[in-house]
Amino acid sequence: MVSVHNRKFVSADPEKCVGCQVCEYACSYNKEKVFNPIKSRIRAVRVNQTANMAVTCRLCEEPACVNACPRDALTQSKENGAILINKDKCNGCGWCIEACDYGAMMLHPETKTVYTCDLCKDKPEGPQCVKWCPEEALTVVTSDVLAQKARINAIKKLFNEKT
Amino acid sequence: MLGYAGRILYLDLTTGKNYTEKLNEETAKKFVGGIGLGMYLYLSKSKKGVNPLSPENPLVLSVGPLTATMFPTGGNGHAFISKSPATGGVGESVSHGTFGTELKRAGYDAVVLTGKAEKPLYLLIDDDSIELRDASKLWGKSSLEVEDLIKDEIGDFYVRVASIGLAGEKLSKISCIINDKTRAAGRTGLGAVMGSKNLKAIAVRGTNDITISKPEEFFNLVKEFHERMKGPAAQKYRTTGSTENLMLQNNMFCVPTRNYNNSHFELAENISSSVINQHFIAKIIGCNSCAMRCEHVAIIKDGAYRGTTARIEYDNLWAFGPNCGIDKLNPIIKAAERCNYFGLDAQSVGGVVSFIMDCYEKGLVTKEKLDGIDAHFGNASALLALIEKIGKQEGIGAMLANGVKEAAAKIGGNAEQLAQHIKGLEVTGYDLRCLKTTALSCAVAFRGADHNRSGAVTFDLRGKVDRLKAETGRGKLVKDLEDQFNIIDSLLVCKNSKGTFYKDVEEMAKIYNAATGLGITQQELELAGERIQALAKIINTREGLTRKDDTLPWKVINQPISDDGPVKGAVVSKAELDLMLNDYYQARGYDKQGLLTIAKLQELGLTEYLSIIEHKE
Repeated sequence: MVSVHNRKFVSADPEKCVGCQVCEYACSYNKEKVFNPIKSRIRAVRVNQTANMAVTCRLCEEPACVNACPRDALTQSKENGAILINKDKCNGCGWCIEACDYGAMMLHPETKTVYTCDLCKDKPEGPQCVKWCPEEALTVVTSDVLAQKARINAIKKLFNEKT
Repeated sequence: MLGYAGRILYLDLTTGKNYTEKLNEETAKKFVGGIGLGMYLYLSKSKKGVNPLSPENPLVLSVGPLTATMFPTGGNGHAFISKSPATGGVGESVSHGTFGTELKRAGYDAVVLTGKAEKPLYLLIDDDSIELRDASKLWGKSSLEVEDLIKDEIGDFYVRVASIGLAGEKLSKISCIINDKTRAAGRTGLGAVMGSKNLKAIAVRGTNDITISKPEEFFNLVKEFHERMKGPAAQKYRTTGSTENLMLQNNMFCVPTRNYNNSHFELAENISSSVINQHFIAKIIGCNSCAMRCEHVAIIKDGAYRGTTARIEYDNLWAFGPNCGIDKLNPIIKAAERCNYFGLDAQSVGGVVSFIMDCYEKGLVTKEKLDGIDAHFGNASALLALIEKIGKQEGIGAMLANGVKEAAAKIGGNAEQLAQHIKGLEVTGYDLRCLKTTALSCAVAFRGADHNRSGAVTFDLRGKVDRLKAETGRGKLVKDLEDQFNIIDSLLVCKNSKGTFYKDVEEMAKIYNAATGLGITQQELELAGERIQALAKIINTREGLTRKDDTLPWKVINQPISDDGPVKGAVVSKAELDLMLNDYYQARGYDKQGLLTIAKLQELGLTEYLSIIEHKE
């Protein structure tokens, strides 16, 4: 199993995210050849005008979705930590959707099975949402790198250096 | 015919009956979408002389062929079209955000609303399901509240809502339709048309796929435009915002100040873009699909209005700032927020407040008549007090809520000379006396005084033409720019992104084709732009507008700029206006009365409207 320090996921910087939903279009087109946010693995959320952030699978350690599935349809990849879905086993009951704190697990309107971010494993250049985000708000990172960045930014701010 | 949803929804609010019709390929190509398709549908469902606030006046809502695709800015717009209660001619107003995307995914290119509901209702469109629901709990509420209440009631938090506030309910001719909480189809008083139908809101949820015809070409274009939008063409909007115009224009002495008594605001520095950005802007957000973002969200951090949030751009900054002689940002932002709250067009509100301040200072109205408000220019509390009255239509507000033209008629005397409007629509923040191409553009604009019906103002401001000169050739320039803007408002790409279309219509045709696969040529699309202009002209002609309506506010013609500076003495004389009008009509192929000719209708494939034009001749 890949350690939590090496597990990369798509993270949105709320400072940079403007809520444009380009990531949704990029994702649904890449995955399904259509523009449709309800088929996107990443969703842009605007709570009020100033709170904007895109949300997708965080590749949790001890993922609640996997634990919640009564049919063992979900497993976590030992290789990169992504949530793997066995479509034959999934009956769309939605327990994993309820279990996920981030709303990253979704029920597909046509296949009636659940789906989530697979980090565009078939694309050599990586997640398409990251590639297309016009604000460069999305990155593929480990939690550790996020912590590193936060620390550095905090110190820069303290010493009035430009970030 | 990809890109389009391929269906038009017709709903009679009196009976609640609805049906859909197919959008055929020929109509799609001829009128594109947005305001073009909207005006075409409006014409086919409305009758001459219809009262704008009667059940018989249709209200059309339309989206474009790029709506709900990833094409930057093209993905997110919608337009409302009707007969304007403010102008008596064609009313149209475009808005962006996310609302349009849901309508497209629900499977509609347009919705045609007629009739009048017996009691306040709201329309819920959920894909094929069309439902009219009780709006009694929403009545009287602001668009911000309505959106949240509808989401709660339906239990779907991704439903998108466009609604009217108190002003629209009370049929104010300067009311607007607000979507996504802060975006507005602001101009021409269409909130009142919606209110006259007892329709509080339109809520939409759409779950259908949107596909495009030529993905490879399409994505190459998306990529190219993303790059351009990160570059200099969109830099102003992305960073400092359109409020940057204030200081730039102030240096050129073309900021209408105190209702056109000045063209330069000596206190402009106090409300400049840098002050706004440094002290108020909390976040710059983007509409759906946009790669340039521009919406500057201002929050007041201290004082009595602490916590007030509103979008600030040049237009509302000008309307409440220089135009009312006010140099304090807290009340200006508060005024913007109150206009959103009531569902009022901020530009027209600024227009009507500055008008009454002018009347007050010139002794045409007394303090008593103004319910005790000391409406001197520069009095910020007077501005806010008047907005409350306009929103609620209390006291003096009842008269002001219908715009400057009507208010001037009621005040009488010389008040009309102070009413800065064209065709009944209040002017915008560009002093037309020293921006003469813009003056022509506004005089002929089919929806009234608005710089946004062509890009002429850019030519004047950037010195591409001599802005003080009224000369032959401006007519053709304005005509071409209008046609382009008609395409922009029908494709529903954002006007702020215009600078990223390096090759204008050529590139617009490319995108249209990549999405729809309809294979339109640049020439055909240009002709569509001209045809859409003709549609507006046909509506206006049918409703009795003539050459005499293609005019300028009294002060623009009769009161030269008095400020010492580069444009002192500038004015657009009647002779100059006539010269430019003649030149414009000629470029358009109109007759001397500014009317469409039979030959022009034939050229544009609009002979079905011959009777309207012939009746007039």
